[in-house]
Amino acid sequence: MKFLEDIGGYLVMIRHAFSRPEKAAMYSKETFRQMVDIGIGSLSIVAIISTFMGAVTAVQFSYQLKSIGLVPMWWMGSIVRKGLILELAPTITSLLLAGKVGSNIATELGSMRISEQIDAYEIMGVNTRSYLVGPKILAAIVVIPMLIVLAVALGILGGWAGGVLGHFFTTAEYIRGLQDNMKNWDVIVMFIKCLFFAFIIASIPCYKGYNVSGGALEIGRASTQAVVLTSIMLVVVNFFIAFFLLGE
Amino acid sequence: MIEINNIKKSFGEQQVLKGISAVFKEGKCNLIIGKSGSGKTVTLKTMVGLVEPDEGEVLYDGRSFTKMNFKERKLIRREIGMLFQGGALFDSMTVEENIRFPLDMFTDMSIAEKTEQVNICLKRVNMVNTNKKYPGELSGGMKKRVGIARAIVLNPKYLFCDEPNSGLDPKTSLVIDDLIQHITEEYQMTTVINTHDMNSVMGIGDHVVFLHEGYKYWEGNREEIMQITEGELFDFIFASDFLKNLRRNAKV
Ligand SMILES: Nc1ncnc2c1ncn2[C@@H]1O[C@H](COP(=O)(O)OP(=O)(O)O)[C@@H](O)[C@H]1O
Ligand SMILES: [Mg+2]
Repeated sequence: MKFLEDIGGYLVMIRHAFSRPEKAAMYSKETFRQMVDIGIGSLSIVAIISTFMGAVTAVQFSYQLKSIGLVPMWWMGSIVRKGLILELAPTITSLLLAGKVGSNIATELGSMRISEQIDAYEIMGVNTRSYLVGPKILAAIVVIPMLIVLAVALGILGGWAGGVLGHFFTTAEYIRGLQDNMKNWDVIVMFIKCLFFAFIIASIPCYKGYNVSGGALEIGRASTQAVVLTSIMLVVVNFFIAFFLLGE
Repeated sequence: MIEINNIKKSFGEQQVLKGISAVFKEGKCNLIIGKSGSGKTVTLKTMVGLVEPDEGEVLYDGRSFTKMNFKERKLIRREIGMLFQGGALFDSMTVEENIRFPLDMFTDMSIAEKTEQVNICLKRVNMVNTNKKYPGELSGGMKKRVGIARAIVLNPKYLFCDEPNSGLDPKTSLVIDDLIQHITEEYQMTTVINTHDMNSVMGIGDHVVFLHEGYKYWEGNREEIMQITEGELFDFIFASDFLKNLRRNAKV
């Protein structure tokens, strides 16, 4: 019962989030502020994680391929690139952002709810679901794909560093692999994932934060629930996208 | 003038308001008093539409707020200012941005005009030169004053204050009360104030509504309150035995 109520409430929120703004300039200002918040705020952590993610992928795969011995090592470039684009960069980055951006959003809206700031907006006649939720979702949809593209780039760089430093392959071999077996479809699938993931990462925590009631304890609880639920939705949606878009 | 007719509101099993009717006049400080948990905040939030009543009607100068849709309510809300219990200032904005927000959102004033209006309001609440401060840097009393400035920036006809004195020392409380009273008279606003502070009742209680167990138990002004010698309102106002005896002896 509570579950169905939540789904209903979530859908209503999403519908209101994209209703026509009363003053476009104020909304775009808020969207821009959120983009800076999400983007700049997550830049360094995404950079660190993706570089090491690429490096460890290169090392692990090289180690396994070497022990099999049937495959030329220049394949590694292609394996790292494909792995990052199709799975690692979108999924790992999004799970990371679910923790960072998701808990931020839930906490921000939750404390605005508890301290009656949301009521204060309502009293003025501001449609809070569109002013507070809409810009966050929009900002996420713009910025998170950029972060994921960055993650791919740094992951490929990390893969090169890991493989070359571990003497698994040479720079020339890696570059040959990177250029091999390129498919536009992979990149399209990545962007489709990005859009879904960005929407989930912003909207679920918005719902949880916006609907907090009680005190400071509830803000913490809502924030944790938001991160858990967002992460679960990410892996489930990830599976279905892979299943439908990559399956035969 | 604001009228509420037979307002009822339940949360689950608990009926908080069991049919409240009252009239709040303009140019006056109308107080809603009662023990904590007696439904003062729910009453106020029902009047401004933050809580939907189960039954009953709220009228702003004869216009039925309850029957309006979101769009029509928005027009009335331009005429409403509200001071929240903790101030409810927007954390991410400076004092100036807080007060300017309604102007940014709802008017086409130039930046110079907006800044001037902000400064007029800041002066009115005695907070000049705090424009660039953030809410986190202000004391409780200062937050309330900025909250009042934000509430009056669009020159509202109706002002609502939820426990304007909570968390303040008695002296600061008086300053806030005086401020609210002066602004109410100056702009001839209909002001509705929730409080359980007896100093406020005696200081600014032009019209007092006492809520008890979901009903309007008593209604009158501060002079009339002083005549009471028994009952729930007497217990509420003269809470300590010391005060009760003082009052009874004075009568004799
Ligand atoms: N949103 C809500 N959900 C459930 N119960 C509520 C809600 N708001 C208020 N109540 C209950 O209504 C009663 C009156 O609350 P309130 O109006 O805040 O009292 P006060 O007179 O102290 O302002 C309390 O018992 C409170 O628990
Ligand atoms: Mg209250």
